[in-house]
Amino acid sequence: MTEAGGGRRAGAVDPVAALARAFREERAGVLATLIRHVGDFQLAEDAVQDAFMAAVTAWERDGVPANPGGWLMVTARRRAIDRLRRERSVSDRVERLAELVRIDSQEHEMEDEDSAIEDDRLRLIFTCCHPALELPARVALTLRTLGGLGTREIARAFLVSEPTMGKRLVRAKRKIAEARIPYRVPPDEELPDRLRGVLSVVYLIFNEGYSAAEGDLLVRGELCSEAIRLGRLLCRLMPDDPEVLGLTALMLLHDARRGARVDPQGRYTPLDEQDRSLWDQGRIHEGTRMLERALRMRRPGKYQLQAAIAALHLEAPDADRTDWRQIALLYEALGRLSPSPVVEVNRAVAVGFADGPEAGLELLAPQLGDPRLEHYQPLHAAHAELLRRAGDAAEADRAYVRAIELSANSVERAELERRLEALRGGGARRRLG
Amino acid sequence: MPKYMLLLYADQPDEAEVQRREAAFPRWVELTQSLDEAGIRVAGDRLADVDVATTLRVRDGETEIVDGPFATTKEILGGYYILECGDLDEALKWAARAPIAEWGSVEVRPIVENPLDPANRPAAAQQAG
Repeated sequence: MTEAGGGRRAGAVDPVAALARAFREERAGVLATLIRHVGDFQLAEDAVQDAFMAAVTAWERDGVPANPGGWLMVTARRRAIDRLRRERSVSDRVERLAELVRIDSQEHEMEDEDSAIEDDRLRLIFTCCHPALELPARVALTLRTLGGLGTREIARAFLVSEPTMGKRLVRAKRKIAEARIPYRVPPDEELPDRLRGVLSVVYLIFNEGYSAAEGDLLVRGELCSEAIRLGRLLCRLMPDDPEVLGLTALMLLHDARRGARVDPQGRYTPLDEQDRSLWDQGRIHEGTRMLERALRMRRPGKYQLQAAIAALHLEAPDADRTDWRQIALLYEALGRLSPSPVVEVNRAVAVGFADGPEAGLELLAPQLGDPRLEHYQPLHAAHAELLRRAGDAAEADRAYVRAIELSANSVERAELERRLEALRGGGARRRLG
Repeated sequence: MPKYMLLLYADQPDEAEVQRREAAFPRWVELTQSLDEAGIRVAGDRLADVDVATTLRVRDGETEIVDGPFATTKEILGGYYILECGDLDEALKWAARAPIAEWGSVEVRPIVENPLDPANRPAAAQQAG
């Protein structure tokens, strides 16, 4: 495995840093292409792992190759050939070997076209997010194969044990192989449906990192970054889809506030009390531009609407000068497009700011009468806020108590308890939005 | 070519529901015809009602025969198809055309290829097309 992937500039680049960068930037592309060539997830993953192991010594010894991705591709392919020669249990082994050897003999010119690798990555995304896999498996597989996250990190992020997560991944890969989940971008008639599925997996990864307060903060931040990376990749691969842009814009705009959401003591800071100088202006700028591009396509969707709402919050110089009327209208449009109690509660909150707490309470009334929402914590938290602002301290007290009972998240619960305490103590200590 | 079994499940219908299901009969015929035109139907049948099923077990050399199905469940296996499809997506597309998917469900299971079966040897497979 000495000559692969072009020339060298010995000693010019730090091999450890180069390897870390290659792992981040090249691994998914190399893996995606190799999966297409060998037709087997597990075998391809093992061979790519081999290639990175080989790089540790080879790059240290010979210097970092000029084209690390090409080097890894060729090395991984040769390792796959070695593995296939040893592993007699793989079905169609003979055909796969012949195909790999053929590709290898043709050298890499035809293979390192960037567009081919990009197509492979898109195939990989659609396969990992195939609806025939259970949702947690889709999420884990996407993070494992497209992101650079290891099984242990994914397990930690989703608060399950490493063996449990390992089994989940193994089972998903076995199902892809045995049930023959195709490795391709779905045909046009299935594409809109399947793309929606892919976007929801990416957003779920983001939300897992963004909203939950339990678990390792560092790993959670990594989930947000991975989701944004996937979003950016999808934007590059499918630049004409406004919802792909909308989702990525939404994640960027939310993520811009990540640093301001938790204070140094680890306490949750609500939007209206955040230190706006902590917001990431680079992300806001990028997200806003992306959203504008999406909106120009004139095909609205739920992610674009949510991104527009997030943008309005960020544009306001402070909480009091937020365009709540516009936000309420966007929630109304969102409710028509994808009806959900979450949207209705948010709309009531926005209307409560735009037209006064009584108007908000009126909108909330049907949700409060819905027995399915009896245990929906955000409903009771929003109810409490509106009642307090309407001056109904006794009812607000009851709603806070109910919201606190239902809160599964310690940071959020602490915040609600603080508000209840302020209400009982006359509410003068801190201004409440 | 990989094979899939489509297992057709539904619960026991009440009288009004029976009529609705019978109305779908032409669509079953149409589906079977389409499968045959595509040349991918290996087999496919409707099963007799579950109340005429007999279940047999051999334990310690003793044969035990029981009147009734293997398990009493709400959803009952009422029929099946065996299809040759290129991949799961193709099998799922056909499954979606089975009328029973609208009131029951279709389980799509890959059939394990038997490497000892002459039909599955690479040379034979190539000849078969």
